[in-house]
This record gives sequence, structure tokens and C-alpha cells, in this order.
Amino acid sequence: MDVAGELPQVAERGPSWDGRLTVLILFLPPALLLFTLFVVLPIGEAAWYSAFNWNGFGRPTNWIGFDNYRFVLETRAFWLALRNNGLIIAVSLAIQLPLALTLALMLAERFRGAVALRMLFFMPYILAEIATGLIFSFVYDGDYGLVASIWRTFGAEPPHLLASTDTAMLAVLIVVVWKYFGFHMMLFIAALQGLDKSLIEAARIDGATRSQALRHVVIPLLYPTIRLSVFFAIVGSLQLFDLVMPLTRGGPADSSNTLVSFLYNNGISRMRVGYGSAIGVILFTICVTFAFTYKRWFMRDE
Amino acid sequence: MSSTETNRTPFDPAVLFKAVFLAVVAVFVLVPLLATLLGGFKSLGELRVNPFGLPRHWEWQNYADILFSARYWQLLRNSLIISTLTVTLTLIVASMAAFTFAHVRFYGSSMLLSYLTLGLLFPAATAVLPLFIKVRDLGLLDTYFGVALPQVAFSLAMSVLLLRRFFKDIPYELLEAALVDGCSYIKFFRYVTLPLSRPILATVGTITFVNSWNAYLLPLVMLNTDALYPWPLGIMVYQGEYSSEWHLILAFITLTILPTIILFLLAQKHIVAGLTAGAVKG
Repeated sequence: MDVAGELPQVAERGPSWDGRLTVLILFLPPALLLFTLFVVLPIGEAAWYSAFNWNGFGRPTNWIGFDNYRFVLETRAFWLALRNNGLIIAVSLAIQLPLALTLALMLAERFRGAVALRMLFFMPYILAEIATGLIFSFVYDGDYGLVASIWRTFGAEPPHLLASTDTAMLAVLIVVVWKYFGFHMMLFIAALQGLDKSLIEAARIDGATRSQALRHVVIPLLYPTIRLSVFFAIVGSLQLFDLVMPLTRGGPADSSNTLVSFLYNNGISRMRVGYGSAIGVILFTICVTFAFTYKRWFMRDE
Repeated sequence: MSSTETNRTPFDPAVLFKAVFLAVVAVFVLVPLLATLLGGFKSLGELRVNPFGLPRHWEWQNYADILFSARYWQLLRNSLIISTLTVTLTLIVASMAAFTFAHVRFYGSSMLLSYLTLGLLFPAATAVLPLFIKVRDLGLLDTYFGVALPQVAFSLAMSVLLLRRFFKDIPYELLEAALVDGCSYIKFFRYVTLPLSRPILATVGTITFVNSWNAYLLPLVMLNTDALYPWPLGIMVYQGEYSSEWHLILAFITLTILPTIILFLLAQKHIVAGLTAGAVKG
């Protein structure tokens, strides 16, 4: 950093103030312009549009104040979607995270096939959500699917998992774990490889068993990564959309909507701009509040 | 390898447990993928009675029909165009901004950087309706740019952060010496920074490419013409048309995810590094 402190001197000596100005004028505006135009302005406009009853054509004129927010909050499907996002987070924390951590601990060691298994487990993460959703809508299909075939070998009538309000969300949750555990596993593997091995060796020399060293040394050292993994699980759940569409489109009877698929089904696909923007603003508020609170409470040291 | 272990511990339940556990997870991951690949080689009738096993009669026709259809190649072409536009623009725009943030001191620099990183806080979906109206008012609806430009805007935050961190590690003395010798910032950027930064450019490029290649929501909202659809939209249309002819749909899925899997096998290092380490420093 002390090297960087010399920059102004050089700048005064050389011709570089002109140079710096040119860079500022040429290099910054494209990024700032694109970002402002397509990311920041739309958020502001969402807040503005959310006060209108508007179908997107002409100019918004029918001002209705906070009514759109009231309509959203009075919709049962909104609360179902919120609950489903909660369920995704719960499953991510209770099943996906322990699974990812266990696999990471197993695969961080070197043995033949470890790297191949890592890659295999990571692969679902890079597949498109749409393709994953379609693959699993086949797996769950009541006539041709894998699940149906297993059911039939036991002589039972195969269920249509995605068509029942009782099981649709459960089916989605299983796909979520299938798709994302490999990503979290890779986060943990990367962290494990960066750990200071001497700490673990010291614990072992002091007589700790493998599992004691794991519980009292390795896991605490992984806390920052665990917090990060939780952060991604929650942010990911708030964005989940592509995966739901090919599986259930949020149905049946809104039982498997996420917040974004609820936004799509009720705002975007019907061009109810005001209503959809209100949902967007609510989602935005949830995301930003969460990100700030989480960073403040749990990730202060990073 | 196993013989030495056997010598040390005749039977270790932990090793057995580990092997079984890994095998179960591997099966959990592999079975849906293999069933999809193999399902594409079956007839619909066989799929119903034998969804798991190898096809008794290999129906190459399913795959051949798709591979020889204009439709499949058009979808891939559209996806390739949109992704290439997105990656190229992201790399150019983000590396220029990152260079400025890394090497040029100016008033408001850190403020502007935090402004850009706001983009990490919320997904594109939150403002997709106003975004649609903006793109429509700009006359970009139903064009490749109407999808690519918002994708670039949303990938900027992460890309600028990753690039800036890398650029900052380029020794400052190098820039200083170059400036004293009369080299301009822009020449330094072009002839020193960019060539030295190939690994991070590859990583950022790969993440952006994968995200754009797989994207569904933005193209869904911005495009109306079938002829412009990238493959995630096209495959949904295809599934709608052939609703329960699963053998064809499975063949189509296999062929559309093939490019991703090939890219993954070729560029694993960049993809894993980018998608994990990249996320960590976000």
C-alpha cells in the first residue's frame, strides 16, 4: 500500500494527469452507464410503477398508492411462495450443507478417484436449471419416469408426484439438493485445502483423536466458509425460478411457487406491471435487508 | 494401494462406510443423467417398461433426427451469439472499469466501486418488469442485444471485483516505470495489464459464458420470436410440442446439455475456480 501512496507524486511529475483524465473519461462510463441503465434505474422504476394499476402500455396514470402491496400481501399464493422459499432454505441448511461438508471432508483427502468424484458431484451445478428441471420432470413422470418404474416393481400404482399439492414441493426440494450440493462441497474443499495443516497435526500430537480434531479444530476453522455457504443457500433460494418452471410452473394450485415464479406467474406473464413491480420491490427489500443484516451479524470479520 | 491399507488395518469400518456413502451419492447424481442419455436411444414403448437399463434396441434415429434438424442448430446458434456478445462486452467493459479502479486514483473512486457492487445484492428478477419496459422503449425488444446488454449489466459487479483484485497485484513499479517512460495508461492497459491477466480473464469469461448460456428468465421476457430463441427457451417449446414423447425430449435434452458438459470437461479448472473462488470474494 505504501507503494501506491507514491502515485500522486508521479502524477505531478509526469504527463499523467492528462492520462488519468483520459482513462477516467474513456474507461469508466461504459460500465457505469450500463449498470445504471439496466440495474439501478429499473429498481427505482419498480418502486414508482408499483403505485399504479398499469398494463405497461402508454404512460402509467392510474395512481393507486400502496394498494398493489396490499393486494400482494392479501394473496394466499404469496405467503405460500414465501413459505416455499423458507422450506428451500431449511432443506439447504439441514440436508444440503451437512451433505456437502461430509463429502468435502471425504474428498479433500487424496486417493484414486477423488478428483473424478469431485467433478462428478460438481457437474449438476453447471447444467442449466431448465435442463435439470426437464430431466427431473422425466424422473418423476407418473407413466414413463424412474420413480414410477420403481413403484411398479413393488406392484404399486405409481404416483404423479408433480401433480399433487402434497408432493410437488417435496419433489422440487430434492432437485434443489441434487443441483446445488456440489457447489457447496467445492466451497468447502477449497477452504479445506487452504487450511493450515500444522494446527491439525498439533492437535493430533497432543493426543486428539481424528474425530476430536475434526470437531474442535477443523470445523471451527471452517466457520467462515459455513457462513458463506449459508449465505449462498439463502440468496440462491430467493432467486430460484428456472428450476421450478419445467417441473411444476409453481403449481399445482400455487403449491410449489417460489417468490420469483410467483412474480412471473402473477406479474410478468399477465403484464400487470404495477402488481408485478410491487412483488419485485418486496423481493428486493427482502434480499437487501437479508444481505446487510447477514453481513453485519455473521460476516463481520471477513 | 489397497494392499498396504489392508496390511495396516485388516478391516476398517470407516473406510467401508466412506466407500458406500460416496457410491450412494454418485449413484444419486449419475442415474438421472444416464437415464436421460440412454432414454434418448429407446422407443417410447421400451422407455415405459425399461427406463433404467441399456436399450434392448438402440434407436439412433431419435438423435439423428434432431442432429439433422435446422431447429437444433438454430437454437445453439442463437445461444452462442447471445453468450458471445455477453462475454465479449462484459470482458471489455468490466476490465476497463476494473483497471481504472485498480490503478487510477481519483476522488469518489471507492464510492463508485461500492455503487457497482450494489449489483451483487439482488437478482435480475426483482426489476424484470421495468427492465422489460426499458428495453422496449430503447427499441431492443426481440433482439440479441435486448438480452445481452442487461446480462452484461448484471454480470458487471462480480466481474469488476474479480478483475480489480487481480489487476491490483500487478506490481505498481511496472506502471510507474512505464508512465515515466512516456507510456500512456491506455497503452499500459492494452499491452501490459491485459496480457498479464489472461487467467483471470479466462475465469471471468467462463463464468459469464456459463451463466448466459444457461439463462432463461431474461430471454423469456425479452424475446418473442421463435427464430431468436436460445436453447433453454427452445427446449421448453419443444417439450410443449412433444408433451409426453419422452424419448424425443430426452434425446433433445442430452444434445443441448452436451456442449455444456464438453466445455466443463475442457475448462474445469476455470469453471471451478471461477464459480467457487469467484463467489467467495464477492
